[in-house]
Amino acid sequence: MYPVKYHRATSVDEAKAAFTSASEARFLAGGQTLLPTMKQHLAAPSDLIDLRGIPDLAGISADGDGVRVGAMTTHAEVAQSAEVKEAIPVLAHMASTIGDSAVRHLGTMGGSLANNDVAADYPAAVLGLNATVVTDRREIAAEDYFQGLFATALEEGEMIVAVRYPRPERAGYAKQTNPASRYPMVGVLVAKTGGGVRVAVTGTGQDGVFRHQGLEQALSSDWSQGAVDGVEIGEEGLMNDIHASADYRAHLIRVMAKRAVAAS
Amino acid sequence: MTDLTLTVNGKRVTRDVPGETLLSELLRETLRLTGTHVGCDTSQCGACAVHMDGKVVKACTMLAHQAAGTEITTIEGLANGELHPMQKAFNDNHGLQCGFCTPGMIMAGVDMVQRYKAEGKTLDEAAIRHELEGNLCRCTGYHNIVKSIQQAATEM
Ligand SMILES: Cc1cc2nc3c(=O)[nH]c(=O)nc-3n(C[C@H](O)[C@H](O)[C@H](O)COP(=O)(O)OP(=O)(O)OC[C@H]3O[C@@H](n4cnc5c(N)ncnc54)[C@H](O)[C@@H]3O)c2cc1C
Ligand code: FES
Ligand code: FES
Repeated sequence: MYPVKYHRATSVDEAKAAFTSASEARFLAGGQTLLPTMKQHLAAPSDLIDLRGIPDLAGISADGDGVRVGAMTTHAEVAQSAEVKEAIPVLAHMASTIGDSAVRHLGTMGGSLANNDVAADYPAAVLGLNATVVTDRREIAAEDYFQGLFATALEEGEMIVAVRYPRPERAGYAKQTNPASRYPMVGVLVAKTGGGVRVAVTGTGQDGVFRHQGLEQALSSDWSQGAVDGVEIGEEGLMNDIHASADYRAHLIRVMAKRAVAAS
Repeated sequence: MTDLTLTVNGKRVTRDVPGETLLSELLRETLRLTGTHVGCDTSQCGACAVHMDGKVVKACTMLAHQAAGTEITTIEGLANGELHPMQKAFNDNHGLQCGFCTPGMIMAGVDMVQRYKAEGKTLDEAAIRHELEGNLCRCTGYHNIVKSIQQAATEM
């Protein structure tokens, strides 16, 4: 790894000030993606600003509308949270399946969403549950947040503070993981929400996570596994690589959508 | 260089280490605690697993400075006069062959037993196999590792 200057911030303002005064700064959350990237010399920041000591980025709170998850909340904390389990069980379940126990003890919701890996799980929850990404300067709707592979609406130096998830009426998530990396190859989240049925697909779109209109229409009129059978699921826009062909991915979307409905 | 203070196996240590130092490097090279192994160095194999404030983490995928102020336990810190029940169980059940993965397996094993106990869940064979998804062994075929953790779970 190239030399890097480490800072530990104790407040959002301190982190922002450290970010601006460095020549090429990066925020450090769990480090579960950033550190491997730095080891491979794919990233070489001059300064790392550790967000772990910032109280405003920690913690989970719930009310009648939904759940607010602080950006630095680890996957293990989301998985074990009584509030999340009660209000949005699908989110706790999803978190419990990310990576392995060591990764879940460090990896965070903010880090995963800022990174927006095409194969990450949380993007399906944010888009499928119609969550809002709260940053140090604004609130970003799920629809506007994801902008392609590893691309988000975040500006230079913009920090995710929390994510607000509205309570769904019911929701389920199912994924087929890549047996080597254990990241989802196809992950489908189905949700009945106040604003209608939403279906988000992760792991497989050429532009990252996306909503599937055909599945949404079918499940709006009939929330059942059978309804999924009648939907046309094309290969267009799906990845086609050594891990899975586009037609296999299209098939997996159907199978995972059914399992997600069954789990809801 | 920046000063870093943390507790390793119950002892407070302060060292002046560069920002890019990995926790695995601090443990092995600075503190000479070479029981923590580095297998892949890419966060896949779990040979480098240690506990930070009682939770398993991969020491190759953490900066030493991220551990400032925490309590780190390595394989060297588990035995307390006599072998820890997890270490004894690996011995009893022939849970290792070359031994390279063993420190990580034991640290992951202790973590899962403690976690399941705290949550009041049963750690059966299927759960152990699933929980070991972050730890690779190239020798044993896992069978005796699973048996070892099962035995320790009844004794811890
Ligand atoms: C072995 C392994 C298996 C994994 N399996 C899965 C899996 O199955 N599914 C899955 O979804 N993920 C998986 N991951 C990724 C894991 O979930 C990571 O924790 C996550 O992608 C990144 O989170 P982090 O907190 O570690 O972020 P970091 O690595 O610290 O940061 C990632 C990026 O986000 C930026 N950033 C971090 N926090 C903020 C913030 N608050 N505001 C703005 N920018 C920020 C950083 O600057 C950096 O660019 C796996 C990782 C490993 C090592
Ligand atoms: S050496 Fe750390 S996970 Fe392999
Ligand atoms: S005993 Fe050799 S790698 Fe596990």
